[in-house]
Amino acid sequence: MTRREIRNTILAVIAFAILPWLPFLKDSGYLMSLAIPIAMYTVLATSWALFSGPTHYISLATAAFYGVGAYVVAGGIGVVPYAVLVLLAGVAGAILAALVGLATLRLSGVYFVIFTLGLAEMVRQLVTWVQNNFTGSRGLYVLTDITERIIYWELLVLAALVYLIGWIVNRSRLGFAMRIIGNDELVAAHVGIHSARAKVILFVISGIFAAVVGAVMAPRFTYIEPSLAFSPELSFQVVIMALLGGVHRLWGPLVGVIPFTLLWEVIAASFPTQTVLLLGVAFLLIVYFIPQGVVGLIESLMRRAGIGRGSGDG
Amino acid sequence: MEILTIGLLLGATYALIAMGLNLQYGVARIMNLANGEMLVAGAFGAFWVFTAQKVSPYVALLFVVPAAFGLNWLIYRTLLRPLVRRAKNRGMLEVDSILATFGMSFVFVGIMLMAFGGDYFSYSYLAEPFVIFGSPYGLNKVVAFVAAAAICGLLYLGLNKTRTGMAIRAVAVDPAAAGLAGIDVPKMSTFAFALGGAVTAGGGIMLSTFLTLDASIGVVFTMKALIIVIMGGVGDVRGAIIASLILGLAETAVASLIDPGLTLAAAYLLFVLVLLFRPQGLFGRRPS
Amino acid sequence: MAEKKVLLDVQSLGKQFGGLRAVDGVSFMVREHEVMGLIGPNGSGKTTMMNMISGALKPTDGDIYLEDRLISQRSAREIATAGVARTFQLVRLLPSLSVVENVMAGAVFGHKRLWGRELEKYAVRQLERVGLAQAIHRPVSTLTYIDEKRVELARALASDPVILLLDEWLAGLNVTEMQTGIALVRSLRDDGRTIIVVEHVMDAIRSLCDRCVVMSSGAKIAEGTPEEALSNSEVVRAYLGDANA
Repeated sequence: MTRREIRNTILAVIAFAILPWLPFLKDSGYLMSLAIPIAMYTVLATSWALFSGPTHYISLATAAFYGVGAYVVAGGIGVVPYAVLVLLAGVAGAILAALVGLATLRLSGVYFVIFTLGLAEMVRQLVTWVQNNFTGSRGLYVLTDITERIIYWELLVLAALVYLIGWIVNRSRLGFAMRIIGNDELVAAHVGIHSARAKVILFVISGIFAAVVGAVMAPRFTYIEPSLAFSPELSFQVVIMALLGGVHRLWGPLVGVIPFTLLWEVIAASFPTQTVLLLGVAFLLIVYFIPQGVVGLIESLMRRAGIGRGSGDG
Repeated sequence: MEILTIGLLLGATYALIAMGLNLQYGVARIMNLANGEMLVAGAFGAFWVFTAQKVSPYVALLFVVPAAFGLNWLIYRTLLRPLVRRAKNRGMLEVDSILATFGMSFVFVGIMLMAFGGDYFSYSYLAEPFVIFGSPYGLNKVVAFVAAAAICGLLYLGLNKTRTGMAIRAVAVDPAAAGLAGIDVPKMSTFAFALGGAVTAGGGIMLSTFLTLDASIGVVFTMKALIIVIMGGVGDVRGAIIASLILGLAETAVASLIDPGLTLAAAYLLFVLVLLFRPQGLFGRRPS
Repeated sequence: MAEKKVLLDVQSLGKQFGGLRAVDGVSFMVREHEVMGLIGPNGSGKTTMMNMISGALKPTDGDIYLEDRLISQRSAREIATAGVARTFQLVRLLPSLSVVENVMAGAVFGHKRLWGRELEKYAVRQLERVGLAQAIHRPVSTLTYIDEKRVELARALASDPVILLLDEWLAGLNVTEMQTGIALVRSLRDDGRTIIVVEHVMDAIRSLCDRCVVMSSGAKIAEGTPEEALSNSEVVRAYLGDANA
């Protein structure tokens, strides 16, 4: 491992040793209300970047997977053990991602983005239809003993998992294939890479994470409705945070999640009716002025100043 | 039979929306995810004209459409041209324009929420029955059909029989080659983008006469327009018209025979079929 | 003397683009260890032919056999894995990968499969083979044109191909670079590599190729040694027009 990788690993180990103790601090209630969204968005944004970073295929479907995961739990709670439901949510996410991937990932990125744009909305309509015609009520109650603390720890475990898997993928043949595909798909084919298959595998991984996050968060809702579970704002926020931080480093999205979540708390409280507008403006600012994300910007400034590393990801 | 007629009526109006996107994506190469919001904005214009000014919403066409033209012109010049210049290849431009217009769509929705609130809005205009083949249909839907047909016809003639139209088609096929042939590509792209926005807003006005809309429903229309454009083949007017009619028929059939809440699912099913079996669409060129 | 094994068998290959017949009924064979030149004036269909052999395009009619395996309707990926490697007319390097990573790309997924330490050492050997040992960890953007071509060549060699396609590899080089380039390709031939070369530079053709196929307007008009092909009156007519035949 390089010196940089060793440093990062040590930092990660320290962080994951300290963070679980957060709920035991004084005023932990307020801390939890910040820590849980931050942890959640970190998992979502990092797993989003695992796929959308190297491929440049922008997935707008995070809410679809999240909602599916939440509904698996909401639908089965009380009947099936919670742990099993979380696993099932992952499976559901994998199946949905595989279906979407197989239909769209052989084709150029545009088809994929369009497909994911309406996917959450379509799944929401399907779920609403099923609920209206077969179960009678609009929403589902999720009543469990699961405390905020447990949800927080679950999210920490997921975060550790997403970093671990990201690290493994980056060092693997799959990661190398993705870098090549992201550079030049024609060359990728000519060196023997099965592009569609590689993309589908990565997309499935990111879909599983999003669905499991939805399942983990479901108990926090208490009452789940399609419009809550499949909220388009979620997909959008995840994309913003990942792009803001930068998708070319594994820890890039984290750099976007923390400031954005904190800022968002302030904004949502002060300007509740303008949140949509501000999301759009924030997005445009990022796309036009920091397309490489904060991490990318800092790294290119460092490169220009002569403090450098060679190309290649870490 | 009724399903057939309703489906065709609906399909024709969808054609207007898809035509706008066709111009923007096929010619200007901008995958405009804010397209649906332009439609809703046009609809709001008609609603305001009718409820506040007590005037026929068709009057809104007279000033909303030129306003939409101007607005889209501005958007292209200020927001999208920098992306065109910055993109090193077509793939990058597509990703950048998707992200940028996605952001714009949220800005538009936000503005409309602030200006008009989040409630549904609809009004009743020209809803008197108009009898076709023995069954009554809303006159507003028939007028929308006629207007859509007229505009599509005009666009088709304009694109195929005028010099400007030929220039636009050349840019759609190959911007680099068109530039070498002396065509002012940036100007044509801007014109096509603005025209596309105007047509979309006009479609929104037509739809508002018989649909209930709200500020955030734009994305559903964007989806449908995208599906139609891809189904018909990017840049092809005939393809878009046929695909719109197919979508209109499929949606009406599903809404009448299965459940009105599944229309988007029906559209998606069509989309998946196209992607699996003919991704270039009915009249499109095979993707490289 | 036993005849050398046929590695590539192109049979009546054709490619139609709408109304244009870019390649029409072309047949030839490439034997082991030989360097075959594919020449002809601009627009004769040479690059289309290369694209069909490498799988970037699918033929409209005819067949291509690689060591008796039918490859003509397969994808570029399958053909690459079967042992066809190529360079491109406009060099296609992977910009965000280093020089050695670009070469490694050729030896992981397709015809040659390595990983880890072994892969890096192997890639370095390929770079040494093409004369780029000193540039190994540099970013690709700092390379000169001929060095970019060397990297692409090294990537193609890294897959240890059955047959190597060089699509106008010498194009755009100045006089000195051209001599170095020709010497490099000649050394590959001396290694025993089977190569198809598309070129416009007649010196290169004469000094590198064992045999030539000459194309004009999509059809094959001559085949033979470079001397035979280039003195053929039809070939001269194709290149220079009727007055000179």
